[in-house]
Amino acid sequence: MYAIIVFGPLLGAAIAGLLQRYIGDRAAMWITTLLVCLSAGLSLYAFYDVAFVGNELTIEIARWFDIGAFQTSWSMRIDTLSAVMLVVVTFVSSLVHIYSFGYMSHDPHRARFFSYLSLFTFAMLMLVTANDFMQLFFGWEGVGLASYLLIGFWYKKPTANSAAIKAFVTNRVGDFGFALGIMAIFLIFGTIQFDGVFAQVAAMQGQATEFLGMRFYALEIIAFLLFIGAMGKSAQFFLHVWLPDAMEGPTPVSALIHAATMVTAGVFLVVRCSPIFEAAPVASAIVAVIGAITAFFAATIGMAQNDIKRVVAYSTCSQLGYMFFAAGLGLYGAAMFHLFTHAFFKALLFLGSGSVIHALHDEQDMRKMGGMWKVIPWTYAVMLIGTLALTGVGIPGTKLGFAGFFSKDAIIEGAFAVAADTGSQVATLAFWAGVVAALLTSFYSWRLIFMTFHGKHRGPQEHFEKAHESPPVMMGPLLILAVGAVFAGALFYSPFVGDAKDGFWRESVTFASAATHGEEAEHGEELHAEAGHSDEASETAENVTGQLTGDEADTEAAEAHAEGGEGAAHAASEEHGEEHGGHHVPTWVLWTPFVVTLLGFLGAVFFYLMRPGIPRRIGESGGPLHSFLYNKWFFDELYNATFVRGARGLGDLFWKVGDVRIVDGLGPNGVARAVRSGASRLSRLQTGYLYHYALVMLIAVVAIAGALIVLKG
Amino acid sequence: MSDFPILSLTTFLPTIGALLILVLKAMARPEDGEVVDRNSRWVALWFTLGALASSLVVLSWFDPSLAGFQLTEEANWLGLDISYRMGVDGISVLFVLLTTFLMPICIIAGWRSINTRITEYLASFLVLETMMIGVFTAKDLILFYFFFEAGLIPMFLLIGIWGGANRVYASYKFFLYTLLGSLLMLVAIIYMYLQAGTTDIAILMDYRFDPGVQKWLWLAFFASFAVKMPMWPVHTWLPDAHVQAPTAGSVILAGVLLKMGGYGFLRFSLPMFPFGSEYFAPLVFALSVIAIIYTSLVAFRQTDIKKLVAYSSVAHMGFVTLGIFAANAQGLQGAIFQMISHGVISGALFLAVGVIYDRMHTREIAFYGGLVHRMPVYAAIFLLFALGNVGLPGTSGFVGEILTMVGGYLVNPWIAFGAAFGVILSAVYMLNVYRNVVFGEIVNSKLENITDVNRRELITFIPLIIATLALGVFPSLVTDITETSVMDLVAHYEEALAPAPETLEIPLEP
Repeated sequence: MYAIIVFGPLLGAAIAGLLQRYIGDRAAMWITTLLVCLSAGLSLYAFYDVAFVGNELTIEIARWFDIGAFQTSWSMRIDTLSAVMLVVVTFVSSLVHIYSFGYMSHDPHRARFFSYLSLFTFAMLMLVTANDFMQLFFGWEGVGLASYLLIGFWYKKPTANSAAIKAFVTNRVGDFGFALGIMAIFLIFGTIQFDGVFAQVAAMQGQATEFLGMRFYALEIIAFLLFIGAMGKSAQFFLHVWLPDAMEGPTPVSALIHAATMVTAGVFLVVRCSPIFEAAPVASAIVAVIGAITAFFAATIGMAQNDIKRVVAYSTCSQLGYMFFAAGLGLYGAAMFHLFTHAFFKALLFLGSGSVIHALHDEQDMRKMGGMWKVIPWTYAVMLIGTLALTGVGIPGTKLGFAGFFSKDAIIEGAFAVAADTGSQVATLAFWAGVVAALLTSFYSWRLIFMTFHGKHRGPQEHFEKAHESPPVMMGPLLILAVGAVFAGALFYSPFVGDAKDGFWRESVTFASAATHGEEAEHGEELHAEAGHSDEASETAENVTGQLTGDEADTEAAEAHAEGGEGAAHAASEEHGEEHGGHHVPTWVLWTPFVVTLLGFLGAVFFYLMRPGIPRRIGESGGPLHSFLYNKWFFDELYNATFVRGARGLGDLFWKVGDVRIVDGLGPNGVARAVRSGASRLSRLQTGYLYHYALVMLIAVVAIAGALIVLKG
Repeated sequence: MSDFPILSLTTFLPTIGALLILVLKAMARPEDGEVVDRNSRWVALWFTLGALASSLVVLSWFDPSLAGFQLTEEANWLGLDISYRMGVDGISVLFVLLTTFLMPICIIAGWRSINTRITEYLASFLVLETMMIGVFTAKDLILFYFFFEAGLIPMFLLIGIWGGANRVYASYKFFLYTLLGSLLMLVAIIYMYLQAGTTDIAILMDYRFDPGVQKWLWLAFFASFAVKMPMWPVHTWLPDAHVQAPTAGSVILAGVLLKMGGYGFLRFSLPMFPFGSEYFAPLVFALSVIAIIYTSLVAFRQTDIKKLVAYSSVAHMGFVTLGIFAANAQGLQGAIFQMISHGVISGALFLAVGVIYDRMHTREIAFYGGLVHRMPVYAAIFLLFALGNVGLPGTSGFVGEILTMVGGYLVNPWIAFGAAFGVILSAVYMLNVYRNVVFGEIVNSKLENITDVNRRELITFIPLIIATLALGVFPSLVTDITETSVMDLVAHYEEALAPAPETLEIPLEP
């Protein structure tokens, strides 16, 4: 069954990609879609079977590498964590396949598109079912490839091609860290199998390792390197630049890859490696800080963008930030919960945007939209649901709310609880970043709704008049996702973060909390080790400070460590309390997200419904703040000036100066010149070729005679 | 069965083909030129296929569970214990197969594009094949040297006669570089012979040269192999040679000739001069990492697509050298794998360049663009190999890179750190050139009528596609064969370096 889940999409991709000439577009589309739907159906059953019945298993298919202890196999590890991902991936993928029947109906390369979508699905499934780091990496790069192919799907567009390369290369920068992390794991643990590694985490506590001339705690450096990989894939601060550009791809791609699944792979990685991260307080603190920064930073940019898809893209970036700071604080359940609900409402928002774009003949600029609710009311309705879910609307203290209400508030409240309980500054920062980002999220989300659907239409009138609702094949998936966006939070709160948590996640995720709460008995042996560690954490934090001095960046890290050390030790304990009923969290914290969301909404109402002239004037006058945000904090410019131009300059330098002038100039060409001038000087002394022959003969005779003497002697 | 001189047969079968072609040519009347040409093509193809079949027999007779040389042959040759000795072990046997695998493809690739002096061209190719196989099957130092050097001559001719506009400069540069390195190696070989009294490689491997002398011997061999690899900074002959060589010549140059350097390190430097290897390993690591980063950046700026692939070859060979001198299981296995994989992938890339060169007679990247509209099959094939070159998991290119980096990391994380930049940069230059050549709109009107790959070209690509994917998904196809010999080499190396038996710790195999 699991083989069908994972390899069905691959089969579909191969058929659609290679046999399209023989079977035609329609058949290719049907085959890929049916196979993915089959995969989704089986995944649902698997999810039930694994998460609620408890039939975890690992299936080994074939060997991959087998070099000394560096062993990896093609296998499928099915536990609750991968089962959750299986459902998310195959479910969204099926809906996107179906949606694409309508969205791509006029594209001449439909079969290729479906082939890529299925290929992506396969790679993503390989990623989430990996049983060791190497297969995870295979899936990791595989989804990167699919993303490259799909972003650049319209290969005539130069912008699409550039965006595709940018995505791939930026991801490679992340993979650079990831690959080094795998190597470090192999050096330290002597294996790259998950079980083997996680079982040894406790024993490796305090183990030091040398990396680039400095000594670090082995677990810290491993966790940090893995996180660099996660940053690339999940578009976190510094490595986020590719995600907005990735919107050059067809919209269904954005929904599937750049919202619901691939970009969450980084979060998955951190949660999958929770045993390591739990034992690495500094690295966890870095994860939390980067996540918090991203949540805030991406939200600020989202406020100033005019491309409807880019707004949603920055929103994705920001929401991923939430997931990361949750994971960094040890709130793995909350991180996965938000990943789960986010998949629904963000896919919904993307596909809904696609529906708008489709209706307006590929117009993406919100400044040329407006008043759309009249012509595409269904799309408007589902977009409203998506927005309510994204902004986390719900009534605090009750179980009434949209999906985002449960997951986002779980994160914000969890962060507060960690901060309150430990005084961890990282957690405090994360909490406030979460609150501010919630305000901004609400603002840009409603801004999107108001600019697109309300007011007067600002684009060409004939487009507006001809605009029509999308066909049922596109609306169907939207409605299904809308249902998810409404109910996913309420339904799954209990297993993901609530009372049923322990029975749900079981061994697939490590919560240090259990240990600090003295509940080891329920949790098996691994957690005993964690308990030991939690006590040591603050001690560790002090030690490491001394070791890392000298390097500025690392000193910062060390400070973070000092805080994070304590943080992580107690972090999850708070989460535990909070998630059991929220009794640690004061009422004002419960209401804060609600209030800021309302504020954001009112702000958007004021600026985009009541006084739409103000933002337009700001946009036109281009004040410094607006231009800073509009230009995305100038990251592209910065990277262009440094990395891109640097690589070009160095390449030219090495080529034209290094190779041509120095190596060739001193080497062969220099020798040739010397020989030529020497020869011409000689020939001035002695004329005629005879001399040359004589010289050559002489040299040869000497050489042969010498060789003979040596040999006989 | 094992008495049958299968290695000699594999090695010399192509030369017999070459002689047959020359005889055909000599006997034919001048007006039969075309018939002779056609016949000699078929003769060449059948003989290379014969060598392939013969090498498959070698592989099937070969027992991968044994370390040391197998299928050995010995005959008196020059006396003084310099004999004709043949044999293969787990390290060399796959290179034989790589050579025989690529040769028929090369013959087919040049089927239509070579039109002058075809018989001589084919004869040179076949002689070259003998020399290349000989390098990997020789079990005698002098015999090895003979094959190693004699291989230069046909390659020199291939570039110098059937090459591009600037072929004389390129072939001169190629010859000069490789010859200078080889002379130093010859001196070292003579010294070794005088010391050990034999040129039997199997015996020399166990002969312990004085540690101080080892350093000099190591350097002398290094001079030759580093040029062949080529390592930075003696790499500049390669781009010129590639650019000027005919397509099939490039395939062989990248696919097999470069591997001789790596093979030399594995066969001689590491087992015979362990002290030298250990002493100079940091130098090799530094040069390898420089090569990876430097040539990747240079590749990024190339305007000639063939030069780009050539520079990329240098970068990929950097992984090989660092893997070899990491001298652990992962590094060595990775290095061998990387050489095999690079032979396939870069060979395929040169063929891909050849396809459009045959049509348009230019290699300027700027000339092309939008090929996907006219050549969708070509675009897909090129993409696969471009991704293989980038080292995407699932293609063979990944396995070698990751294993050599793991090997390097175990020695010192700095090495892997530096090498990993190559992983980023390869994506930059390869995807960039792919975009510029294949994607976008057709701007150049000369490309309007360009045709997709034909059946003959497809035949050359298909085996390479299969190899790239099969080795990527099941690398154990290679590593199972090499494993015993590699582990033996590692053990041998560590034992030689171990200070003294008393203090010998039980080495923990990572």
